[in-house]
Amino acid sequence: MGPDAMHGGVVIMGKSKVKSRKSTVSLQVLLALSITAAPAFAQSDLSGTWAARNQQEQLIRGGSGPRVVDYTGVPLSDEGRAKALAWSPGEISMLERQCLGYAQPYMAVGPFGLKIWEETDPATGATIAWKIGAWEDRGTMTIWMDGRPHPSALAPHDHDGFTTGVWSGDRLSTFTTHMRAGYLRRNGAPLSDQATLTMHFLPHGNLLTIVAITEDPVYLSEPHIETKSYERDGSAMRPIGPPCVPGFEGASGEVPHFLPGKNPFVDELTKAYGVPADAVLGRAETLYPDYRKKMRGR
Amino acid sequence: MTRPHPARVGIVSALWVAMSLLAAAQRQQTPTPSARSVAPVDLTGYWVSVVSTEWRYRMMTPPKGDYEGIPLTPAARKIADTWDPARDTKAGEQCRAYGAPAIMHLPGRLHITWADDMTLRMEVDQGNQTRLFHFGLAAQFTTTSVSQQDRKTERTRTWQGESVADWQLTRPATGAGPPSAFPKSSSLKVVTSQLRPGYIRRNGVPYGENALLTEHFDVVPGTRGEQWLIVTTLLDDPQNLSQPLLRSVQFRKQPDGSGWDPTPCTAVW
Repeated sequence: MGPDAMHGGVVIMGKSKVKSRKSTVSLQVLLALSITAAPAFAQSDLSGTWAARNQQEQLIRGGSGPRVVDYTGVPLSDEGRAKALAWSPGEISMLERQCLGYAQPYMAVGPFGLKIWEETDPATGATIAWKIGAWEDRGTMTIWMDGRPHPSALAPHDHDGFTTGVWSGDRLSTFTTHMRAGYLRRNGAPLSDQATLTMHFLPHGNLLTIVAITEDPVYLSEPHIETKSYERDGSAMRPIGPPCVPGFEGASGEVPHFLPGKNPFVDELTKAYGVPADAVLGRAETLYPDYRKKMRGR
Repeated sequence: MTRPHPARVGIVSALWVAMSLLAAAQRQQTPTPSARSVAPVDLTGYWVSVVSTEWRYRMMTPPKGDYEGIPLTPAARKIADTWDPARDTKAGEQCRAYGAPAIMHLPGRLHITWADDMTLRMEVDQGNQTRLFHFGLAAQFTTTSVSQQDRKTERTRTWQGESVADWQLTRPATGAGPPSAFPKSSSLKVVTSQLRPGYIRRNGVPYGENALLTEHFDVVPGTRGEQWLIVTTLLDDPQNLSQPLLRSVQFRKQPDGSGWDPTPCTAVW
């Protein structure tokens, strides 16, 4: 069956010279499938510009960013919570800490769209990698598709990390390691250098949903999952790089921080909206519906 | 150019007619596969929502006037500003925040089963709601023909509306094959119309009766052997939204129905 046969069972039925009962039955199956399904082809073309609508979680993903202490939805471990509460907004004025908030998970929690393209082997045409362009703060994600292994555990970590990918039908699934320690959310909710990121790219016509699952044995008590949807945009979006170039912002050299129990923003969300402290502080139980019963019992 | 021998033409024609009759006969003998039998992904079972985004809007009732992120039209904003949960309760409208455009975003559990070979049933414990996804109706109820259908028939509008389902199958890049050979990465597309007007957000952010909800249901593997149901929703409601509302949520698969907690609708939490 040649490539033309892939363009729908109906066409196949109309043109074929059926030679056997077996082939007739299989064609009928294809015809039936064409009735009940909209066929797509494996290994979708993700290339192009995908616009972020940012209609969901707008304050945290776009706009002014999250409140200083708002870890709702992030299952922090006790260590993660302690580190997060020690974070002061002044920390991002320091040259060496300005870029900590923009590791690869930022793709799912930041405000920007995606520009995706494919890099191919000039000799064979085979896909070597998919690239998701940098945007202002976040580094380029290079998704290696050529089967190369991840570096050794002792290899250096950097802003971009190391990512490999594999297709499963029309979906691309990726795995990122070797990220530098930073923030999971732009308010100091931490990410250790032991964290890994698993992503799934789910194309639906002109929509693309990414699923980002962050594992962090140091600062998370369970995997943190975020999803974000994009819409294909016909207008070109230039990748901007290099990502996050630190600049002097007048920091004096000391590390701005809050000592344990001294964070003045710890109850800000509770006072403003009545959000329970357990939820503000990112306790895992607050992510589940059962927590509402506990809230009702208060 | 030589003319084909008349006898040869006759034989070929006879063979062609015979093969056509054979194919037609087998079409009659071979029933159209049901949506259930060709399902490329198993959505059935219990799923629990994991509220990692928009916690304050989903786990609590936000204050009146908090419409962050939702591209409301000025007219819709005026409607939202008049939100009165006590009035809704008195009017028996306490399920306004449990309609199809909102219910996937509520913290709760889903129980998905096959109602029959062409209907997928989704029960939602929050609000005791049931959604029915009908397969095989796509030709009748495409997104472009919904309004025409609405004009033709006076059907009752409901919180969950009428949902037309369609498997979005992925075929291998080279060579076609039977369903069993297709990668198990395909998804379910559901288009819902005939909605009773309700709320996108619990604090009275409205959607109207002409809203059209398009959803994509995907199952992806997690990092610890678990499965995740990812629901991408696009709500088109020009009456109330200046642009379609694009969101996504996730549910984790449960081994059983533990935690299943059917609760009635309430106008405010």
